[in-house]
Amino acid sequence: MAIDQATVRKIASLARIAISDAEAAAMEGELNGILGWVEQLGEVDVTGVEPMTAVIPNKLRLRDDVIDADPMTGGNRRDDILANAPAPQHGFFGVPKVIE
Amino acid sequence: MSNYTIKGETGEWEVVIGLEVHAQVTSNAKLFSGAATAFGAEPNTQVSLVDAAMPGMLPVPNRECIRQAVRTGMAIEAEINKWSRFDRKNYFYADLPQGYQISQLYHPLVGEGSLTIAADEKAGIPTDKVIGIERIHVEQDAGKLMHDQHPTMSYVDLNRSGVALMEIVSRPDMRSPAEAGAYVRKLRSILRYVGSCDGNMEEGSMRADVNVSVRKPGDEFGTRTETKNVNSVRFVMAVIEGEAKRQVGLIESGGTVVQETRLYDPDRNETRSMRSKEDAHDYRYFPDPDLLPLELDDAFLDECRASLPELPDAKRARYLSEGISAYNADVLTAEVEAARWFDALLEAGAKPVAAANWVTSELFGALNRMGRDISDSPVSPAQAAELLGLVADGTISGTIAKQVFEKMLETGDGAAAIVDREGLKQTSDTGAIEAEIAKVLAANADKVEQYKGGKEALFGFFVGQTMKAMQGKANPQVVNELLKKALG
Repeated sequence: MAIDQATVRKIASLARIAISDAEAAAMEGELNGILGWVEQLGEVDVTGVEPMTAVIPNKLRLRDDVIDADPMTGGNRRDDILANAPAPQHGFFGVPKVIE
Repeated sequence: MSNYTIKGETGEWEVVIGLEVHAQVTSNAKLFSGAATAFGAEPNTQVSLVDAAMPGMLPVPNRECIRQAVRTGMAIEAEINKWSRFDRKNYFYADLPQGYQISQLYHPLVGEGSLTIAADEKAGIPTDKVIGIERIHVEQDAGKLMHDQHPTMSYVDLNRSGVALMEIVSRPDMRSPAEAGAYVRKLRSILRYVGSCDGNMEEGSMRADVNVSVRKPGDEFGTRTETKNVNSVRFVMAVIEGEAKRQVGLIESGGTVVQETRLYDPDRNETRSMRSKEDAHDYRYFPDPDLLPLELDDAFLDECRASLPELPDAKRARYLSEGISAYNADVLTAEVEAARWFDALLEAGAKPVAAANWVTSELFGALNRMGRDISDSPVSPAQAAELLGLVADGTISGTIAKQVFEKMLETGDGAAAIVDREGLKQTSDTGAIEAEIAKVLAANADKVEQYKGGKEALFGFFVGQTMKAMQGKANPQVVNELLKKALG
């Protein structure tokens, strides 16, 4: 799999990253290098091997349905939530108008 | 088969409909955090560092949300995938702090299932119809944007951000607005029985993305459009009708339908295209590296299954088998609160048929007048059973029961106590009834002549007069018998 400059520009645009033509050209080479390196994995024969989802035996933990059990993952901390917002308004985040 | 078609200049067009219903899972806390989900809180007070996508925070799924989605899957007889996985759906919008929504594209929690919409001749649904459900997956809701609070800014409230949703995706099996309406109502009913979603469309707990295409009967599917976030059954039906007509007009005037996302404007009753960028749907899904696969064991699934209540179809079948009319069975099973109330009434000893008639006419009538729901009915199932028991054993007549019920609503007293106090007990005292009959016949000699001359409809008149003279307290059956004898 190889990508061209148009693909690089599209990915950049989807990720909201502005890049110049020179950067796109450089990025094309770098990304193809990375992809080529990862593609070496394709050389390994994995017939009959189950896909691995974690490198150590580990199960997904689930949480109990309890509100604010742990302050780190609970609510009621609006000041913290809005602390870095550039334009908080009456408890809301204020953002440039986004309406179609 | 539905015979709903759109009549165009070139003939009749069939409409093909599929629905993606987003149902908010009933839970205390959010899908991946401990923040509360309650509706109507102050902005941004129910937002955790996880929901605000602060760096370093990790999502941990809420067991209850998973459980409710599994129970919902079981209620539509779907296969439950013991191994599922979360994926990231990437896009940028002000209501999505993560820059991606955690969803399930490749391995949903719930697979293929179905539900049945009931025949409704008047709505053009001649027979029961099975609607396929392709999948249910679990995902995060986004925040809420307000555009009318400031001249140049939009306000963002993240309280809803991270609340668990079930996306319930139907097959394109519906062929008319009425079928789609019936599907949404039935799905809502099932969700409310299961308790996995409150089904409150006004508060946005349930909203539908409506996929519509048209074709000449027998042709391949046409190109579909998707109208987003439609929040009432009526609007779903209006969107389908309007969008189908728009597509037929477009094709017949030489145009082609573009696969696109549209928005519904209820004020104008029309859909319009969202001017989205062409790559807006390039979501670059990939497995969320923050979350291991979700693996469920048999004990978990067994508990989910064991906790399911009797569902609407089973309940309706039981009511029918007890002799209740199809109409009453439909009315009683549509809303879970009514069905529970009615079941409590049966448990308190009321006879099914009489109880069904009484609930659907007397009780619902009274609740309507008072503007109350059955969940805050002023009369309890036990009190109602007492009243119906008095009718069943002949203590009072059906007419008197209506009076007693009014008194129960006024005073809150029990039926038997009211009957005693007001002396409303029904009499089968033949002597007293015969005396009144004699008076009625004497006062209406002309009508007696007409009756004997063949005008048998007058019998009801004599019954009415006698009952009136007895102040409604005569046993109607005894009145009938004695009148027949007196007139015979």
